[in-house]
Amino acid sequence: MSTLADPMLPSSYVVTDKRQDLEDTWTLELEPAGGDGVGEFRPGQFSMLYAFGAGEVPISASSIAVDGPLVHTIRAVGATTRAICACEPGDQVGVRGPFGNSWPLEEARGGDVVVVAGGIGLAPLRAAIHHLIDNRDDYRAAVLLYGARSPDEMLFFSELQGWREAGIDIKYTVDTATGEWDGRVGLVTKLIPIAGFQGSRTTAMVCGPEVMMRFVSTALQDRGVPTDRIHVSLERNMKCAVGHCGRCQLAHRFVCKDGPVFPVGRIGTLLGVREL
Amino acid sequence: MRTIEELLAEAPAFGGMKREHLAFIAGCAQNRTFTSGQYLMREGDPADTFWVIRHGRVGMEIFVPQRGEVTIETIDDGDLLGWSWLVPPYRCHLDARALGNVHTVAFDAVCLRGKTDEDPVLGYELMRRFIPVIVERLQATRVRMLDVYGHVSSS
Repeated sequence: MSTLADPMLPSSYVVTDKRQDLEDTWTLELEPAGGDGVGEFRPGQFSMLYAFGAGEVPISASSIAVDGPLVHTIRAVGATTRAICACEPGDQVGVRGPFGNSWPLEEARGGDVVVVAGGIGLAPLRAAIHHLIDNRDDYRAAVLLYGARSPDEMLFFSELQGWREAGIDIKYTVDTATGEWDGRVGLVTKLIPIAGFQGSRTTAMVCGPEVMMRFVSTALQDRGVPTDRIHVSLERNMKCAVGHCGRCQLAHRFVCKDGPVFPVGRIGTLLGVREL
Repeated sequence: MRTIEELLAEAPAFGGMKREHLAFIAGCAQNRTFTSGQYLMREGDPADTFWVIRHGRVGMEIFVPQRGEVTIETIDDGDLLGWSWLVPPYRCHLDARALGNVHTVAFDAVCLRGKTDEDPVLGYELMRRFIPVIVERLQATRVRMLDVYGHVSSS
């Protein structure tokens, strides 16, 4: 297990399945090429995926079924992610991890849970949603609010109905739409005042572009959710993933080691510091 | 069957309004229903009506050549639709189309405009209720201009 033996040493994984989710986004299933592979992931944790000859990037697990493959959903936006997304079944990639902390699903038991995702930010939350579905009776309201750029760019759209039938209250919106779309158009923050949850007993898990998370955090506070129960997943330029290199430093914290999931109550003021 | 005054009292935009004002604006209003695809207003039309959406969804659209109708926002239950009636030259800037059956309370804006000129207290009261909606939608538009989902760090 690379995290115990040497967290800097990648394990070889083979791509066993590949699915195109959006024009620029793919989900890859990975199995160890030999040996046990890396350790078990918790929802929200990430791995460092290594495209040989191209580079290494942090990617959160988008599904973590026990004894199942390691699943990552990746948007091809740069040289490394394009190389990973170009992999076909049978190709190999390097994997280090699991790294970082996880979504506070245990703390949230007994209360309401609001998951707010923007764009590709739904991928790091997908494993948390699976957990809510598998343990639905342990939570009161379970709400997913999802915002995307357009109807064609809604991630996991085909899965939403199944999640709804499994007890997740889902509302979604897009920034703009054309054609036959009859769903909502507007900011994801618009969904917060109309969502069915009680702020004072709610734990919120938020992932998306940082500016979106800022506005979502404010809207959740307006609904009475305490800042120490609004959790955001931050993205920084992570390289070593174990708090050595300092590239992902956010004031006195390292996003890779102390995060990527932080309560807004602990880092809220830092989000407004332009130099960070 | 509930009166328009009762329906308005439940609309967030008119919550807490003085009974006399509520009774007056209710006198300028009527229930109207639109079927799917029907337009509530068209770009360039005189802005002589505004609506409270009781139930249903309305798409705010701009026609863009080569792209067709682009929906820039949707309006849902309880929302106010239309503020061009407050600002000269009182002309609609967008199309508003019912996305399904839509039940509204429609207001005669010309009637209300005349009354608010005579009664600045009512005018101020209405402005207090419309401006937060305008500010909220302006802010939402500004954020969407950032195209936050389209821009990601490349690696």
